[in-house]
Amino acid sequence: MSNPQQLRYSKEHEWLSGAEEGVSTVGITEHAANALGDVVFVQLPEVGATVAAGETCGELESTKSVSDLYSPVDGEIAEINEDVVNDPSLVNSAPFEGGWLFKVKTSGEPAELLSADEYAAFIQS
Amino acid sequence: MTDAPRRTALDATHRALGATMTDFAGWDMPLRYSSERDEHLAVRTRAGLFDLSHMGEITVTGPQAADLLDYALVGNIGGVKTGRARYTMICEDGGGILDDLIVYRLADQEYMVVANASNAQVVLDALTARAGGFDAAIRDDRDAYALLAVQGPESPGILKALTDADLDGLKYYAGLPGTVAGVQALIARTGYTGEDGFELFVRPADAVALWEALTEAGKDAGLVPCGLSCRDTLRLEAGMPLYGHELTTATTPFDAGLGRVVKFEKTTNNGDFVGRAALAAAAERAEANPPRKLVGLLAEGRRVPRAGYRVVLADGTVIGEVTSGAPSPTLGKPVAIAYVDAAHAAPGTEGVCVDIRGSHEPYEVTALPFYKRQK
Repeated sequence: MSNPQQLRYSKEHEWLSGAEEGVSTVGITEHAANALGDVVFVQLPEVGATVAAGETCGELESTKSVSDLYSPVDGEIAEINEDVVNDPSLVNSAPFEGGWLFKVKTSGEPAELLSADEYAAFIQS
Repeated sequence: MTDAPRRTALDATHRALGATMTDFAGWDMPLRYSSERDEHLAVRTRAGLFDLSHMGEITVTGPQAADLLDYALVGNIGGVKTGRARYTMICEDGGGILDDLIVYRLADQEYMVVANASNAQVVLDALTARAGGFDAAIRDDRDAYALLAVQGPESPGILKALTDADLDGLKYYAGLPGTVAGVQALIARTGYTGEDGFELFVRPADAVALWEALTEAGKDAGLVPCGLSCRDTLRLEAGMPLYGHELTTATTPFDAGLGRVVKFEKTTNNGDFVGRAALAAAAERAEANPPRKLVGLLAEGRRVPRAGYRVVLADGTVIGEVTSGAPSPTLGKPVAIAYVDAAHAAPGTEGVCVDIRGSHEPYEVTALPFYKRQK
């Protein structure tokens, strides 16, 4: 699998797009989606909610397990992906595209976000 | 367990297929090959191919093989005809379930006991301990067999293309020796999916050739390789218990709603068998004053109940515990099996919730199974 070069990655397997007018898009990586298996339920934060880097802000439920969803950055939720709420399988079929989870107006960002190559090395280790 | 996980004879095949592997009872087994939901639906509508080589085979032979098994297990094993199989259990003296088993009568004086991988050693030890005084021999055959299963409505057609064995004459819970794709096999019409299907016990050295032949023969019918993840959701929909979840040493067969597997009217050993007195008491209790019952729970929402979650009333009173739960691919909503206080166990009981990480989600109490195939 390939992790898009233009994204940055957290060690909790979220990806973060570059900011457009201060708003970044967040999703989980293909590696994470494969590890979860078929995602059947997604609980996302509410629009307007404040999130903090590394803190849980929702959950992803698959056939076998439930996993916490973390925000990779500090900020305020600007939009959530209603399509993925209605059809959680988008997380599996298009984790970097139609399976995005939420958009966040970033107010602070931890230094340790990884590049695509660094993330690839991280999941190999 | 600190030992490296054991690998089946099909290990390289699974890896070549890109399987996601998982540790299961000390074995490195395929969890899924692609989407577990697609694998599940393939078994319901077409066919699926499973490697179940982790299951534990124990062979019991000798003039008193039947007597030994009648004494050691709760079922009437002497009454099983040659070529037939029986679902049964092995219990502690106190009535607790050590394992659930399928016993195949291969010949007049030869039985094969198939135990869960996690319990194979326990079953072997218990049988050995209970064999004193019987003219019978117990053989650990765990390494003697690989086990492949073909399950789903297309499975008879797929298998027919590879064998001359009389599959039409092979009833549910029957087994016969035969040749499949040139490989010697015990062909059994058994399974753990709620569908028609076959389990093929073969020499490990023949497993890859048989897997490849079945894959080829099933290609046009839509057969896909299937992992343990969909095996779990298939058996859950079919209301079949899983050891360690619905069945434990803390439950008797009567607690699990499976008292029918206990046969008190045995003709061998003067009717005695291990656990008899405790099971008779458990039967009485289940009849007169059942503490909890095993029921189905059908979700109204989309959140999935998991094993260990509490079943509660709206006011938070705990009335039971989930033993298995998953999103049901067939029903399109989460389902669970749970032990629930008898007062709230009737199908249709309202106001029953599952505490899902602090939030009380409503569930409908239903009878098991969730899914029954059309015959």
